[in-house]
This record gives sequence, C-alpha cells and structure tokens, in this order.
Amino acid sequence: MSAILTARGLSARIAGQQVVEDVSFDVAAQGVTALLGRNGVGKSSTIKALLGLTERTGEVTFDGTRIDRMLTHRIVRQGIAYVPEDREVFSQLTVEENLRLAERDGAPNRAIIGELFPELLERARQQAGTLSGGQQQMVSLSRALMNENRLLLVDEPTKGLAPLIVGTVTKALQAAAERMPMLLVEQNLQVVRDLAHTVIVLSGGRVVHTGPAAEFLDSELVHRHLGVSTDTEAA
Amino acid sequence: MSTVLLLLITGVGLGALYFLVASGLSLIYGLMGVLNFAHGSFLTLSGFLGWEVGRRVGDGTWLGLVVGMLVGLVAGALVAAITELVFIRRLYNRHIEQVLVTVGLGLASVALFEGIWGSDPIQISVPGWLRETTEILGSHIPNDRWLLIGAAVVVLALIVLFLQRTSYGLVIRAGVENRTMVTALGIDVRRAFTIVFAIGGAAAGLGGVLASVYFGTVSAHQGTSLLIYAFIVTVIGGLGSLSGAAIASVLVAVIQQFANYYWGIGDLAIVLALAVVVLVRPTGLMGKVKH
Repeated sequence: MSAILTARGLSARIAGQQVVEDVSFDVAAQGVTALLGRNGVGKSSTIKALLGLTERTGEVTFDGTRIDRMLTHRIVRQGIAYVPEDREVFSQLTVEENLRLAERDGAPNRAIIGELFPELLERARQQAGTLSGGQQQMVSLSRALMNENRLLLVDEPTKGLAPLIVGTVTKALQAAAERMPMLLVEQNLQVVRDLAHTVIVLSGGRVVHTGPAAEFLDSELVHRHLGVSTDTEAA
Repeated sequence: MSTVLLLLITGVGLGALYFLVASGLSLIYGLMGVLNFAHGSFLTLSGFLGWEVGRRVGDGTWLGLVVGMLVGLVAGALVAAITELVFIRRLYNRHIEQVLVTVGLGLASVALFEGIWGSDPIQISVPGWLRETTEILGSHIPNDRWLLIGAAVVVLALIVLFLQRTSYGLVIRAGVENRTMVTALGIDVRRAFTIVFAIGGAAAGLGGVLASVYFGTVSAHQGTSLLIYAFIVTVIGGLGSLSGAAIASVLVAVIQQFANYYWGIGDLAIVLALAVVVLVRPTGLMGKVKH
C-alpha cells in the first residue's frame, strides 16, 4: 500500500532530552495506522515531531512534499489535522468559538458535527471547560473533521473516557477513516483492533515492529512490546 | 469622609494610568510569554512625540492635547509593532534572550531620549480645566483624574470589544490559553503577536501622553518608573488577564494612595501586597494555570 506520509531518521527532543531517536516509518494512504508502545515510549512525541511541535531532526514527507522544515501552521494547512492527547479544547471559549477557530479555507463541513455529535450543537454556547471529558473529545474531533484534510493524527482519543463514550468516539473515528487516512496513538487495544489495519510499535524510542494489526494483536508480540497479555488486551 | 473620597478617586485615577501601561504588558505576556521590559520606552517616546506635536498644534489647548493623545496612540502602536517584528519575533521561546534584548532596548532608549530631550523633566502646558478641581461631597478632585479614568474605561471597552467581536480577538483569547494548540489548528499566530504588541503599545502610548498630564512634565525616565508599577499590577492581576490587570491597577493605586497619605509607605505597601499575592495565589487574582 502506498504511503501518504513517510518519516526517515526522525528524532525529537523535549526540554533538551531525547524522546524519539532515529525513527523511520510510513503511514498508509488508506485506513488507520496505529502507533503503539508502552507508556512514555515516545508515541505522542513522535506525532508532535511530525507536526513540528517539538524540536526535531530527520526527514518527513507528506504526499511528496517535505514538511520537516515547515512551521506547524503551514504543515497543518497542507491538510493534516491533529487531535491531541487530553483534548486541549480552549476551556475559556464556547463550543461554537472552539469550532469557529478551527475553520479553514471558507467551506468547513459543519454538517458532519450534526451527524456525529448532535449534542454539541445544543451546547454551542456552553463554555468548553465546563463540558465532560467525552464532550470535550467530541469538540476536539469536530475541529479536525470539519475541514478538508488528507491525513488525521489522533493521539489517545479514548483516554480517560467512560465506556459508552469510547463507543461513540470509535464510531466517529471509523467514519473519519472512511474519508481520510489516519495515524492513531491508542492504548485501548480493542479500539486498535476495531480501527487499525497496520501497526507500528515503538520501544525505547525506536520502531521495533511494523505489520498488519490483526496479526500483531493475536501474537505474543503484544506481551513482549506492550507488556499486556492477548487475553486482557488493555495496556 | 472628604479625604477618604479624595484618596479613593485620585487612587482610581492613578490606577487608570497604571492600567494603560499594564494592559498591554499583560496581554503580551499572556499570549507570547514575553516579559517586555521595553514597554516603558513605548510610553516615554509616545509622551515626548505627543507633547512635541501637541504643543505645535496648540500649546495648552484641548486641540493640542487631543492631537497629542492621537499621536501618542499611533506612535506607541507603530514602535511596538516594529519592536516585535525586528527583535522579538526571532526570540520566541528564548526567554533569557528576550529579557536581555528588551532590557537593553529599555536602557538604550532612555539614553537616546536623554540625548534628544535632556535628562531633566520638561514642564508642559495643559488646558486650564485640567489644573482645576471638581468638588464632590466636600472633596476637591483634580480634573485630570477624570480624563485618566475616562481614557482607561474607553481603552478597556475597546480592547474587550476587539477581543470578543473580531476573529483576531478570538485567536488572541485562544492563544493566551494555549498558543501551541492555536498553531496546531493551522493558524499563523505570529500575526496575532504583532497585533497584541501594537495594541499594548497604543495603550502605553496614550498612557505616555496622559502621564505627562498627570505629572505635569515629560521626562526620559517616565516610562521606566511607571513600568515597575505596571509589572506589579500585571503580576497581582494575573499574567495574561485583562480583567485582572484592570482590577489590580485600581487596587494597587488605591492602596498606594491610602498608605502614602496615612503612613507615607505607599511603595512599601504595594510591594507587600505583591508578596502576599505571590505567596497566597501565585497565578494572581484572575490568572489561570497555562497549558
């Protein structure tokens, strides 16, 4: 399968400390590629490095264009949407203001918010900081999905959410994956099983495994690289 | 009673002056994390330019004062925007260098102003009404305080309108909360940086002209001395909070007036107030923990 994004020799530093070292991987041009690994292994830092949100070196190519020397806002405007860990909604702004801020290029697809998260429309004037974690995740996802993008980077979308909300978020991600490829960081392996075609596994800041998701999740590699058994499937 | 009222209203007047300086300082820090030690220079330069143009238009007249205020406003905005574009833009997230550059600019500009206008304060002429007083409940309130209060209220209202009603205002409010996430939405936050610097500079520029009305003089050191109080106000109000800056400006100035009148320790009182706030509520009265 062709790649929409390639990273070669990508390294990242945060506050002077090396958090990702010489990582190379491809993100498929279709479907969901999951980036897995134990806590603190550098998954979120890898995504941030792709977007230029951390100090980084290495070569990153997006759909044939080098983006590793671009500023973050220019990378995003190439068509890469980002759903950060911990949602990072603007808590002092209303839901409507959060969405308006994310609108790009004149023709945002507001209808998709009504389809995926109708309750957000009822809460348009509510301050985002007063929303539940699940509702904040809906805002965060809506910000990414309402624009025409060519790649979605999603970091721990179900972290800290109630099981019912995990289902809603997973369905929204499934719908999004039909429209654009996705690089997903996720600890909940059931969600990975539901969404991902391919997995990239990080350990010690390096890629240690790449391959089909189902094959990996059914193998003893899950225990070796993620420290969980295939019975429990929760890292 | 009349003394208390006099101290209260003159305190609010002085607070209005502090607010004009502190509002920009607070917004600049809130959005960009820049402690701008050159902010006082915007004020001083605008004060001088406003006085130079104003006295040529009509020394001691309302027309001269209004033109001077407009010149101060524009000069402050321009100098601040140029400072951001030329010096600060290259130094984001390099806090030590920012401090060194802005402190250097502040010191160098004072030397430059002394070279041009001399080191002694220059007496200025203002419309006669501003040298008179208005009697309220037995208190004789200097009229220039009404001008300061009115200007600060207008500036506060305009900044709030800008922040609440414009797309750049939305970017600035979001950026004060989480600048990184604003860029991750594809927004070039650097434009907002320049705008915030210009707004802060404009408010300081107006403050420079009004400070000369308040003190009756323009001097090369006016900005430096007011900047110290503005930093105290900014920290007490909460870095990045406009409403905090407004409340703290009035609070600090009123405390200063009362402490000065009754015990002669105005400056000590506000430093103690600063220490209490930093120890009890490190984020300031209205500040929030940033991401």
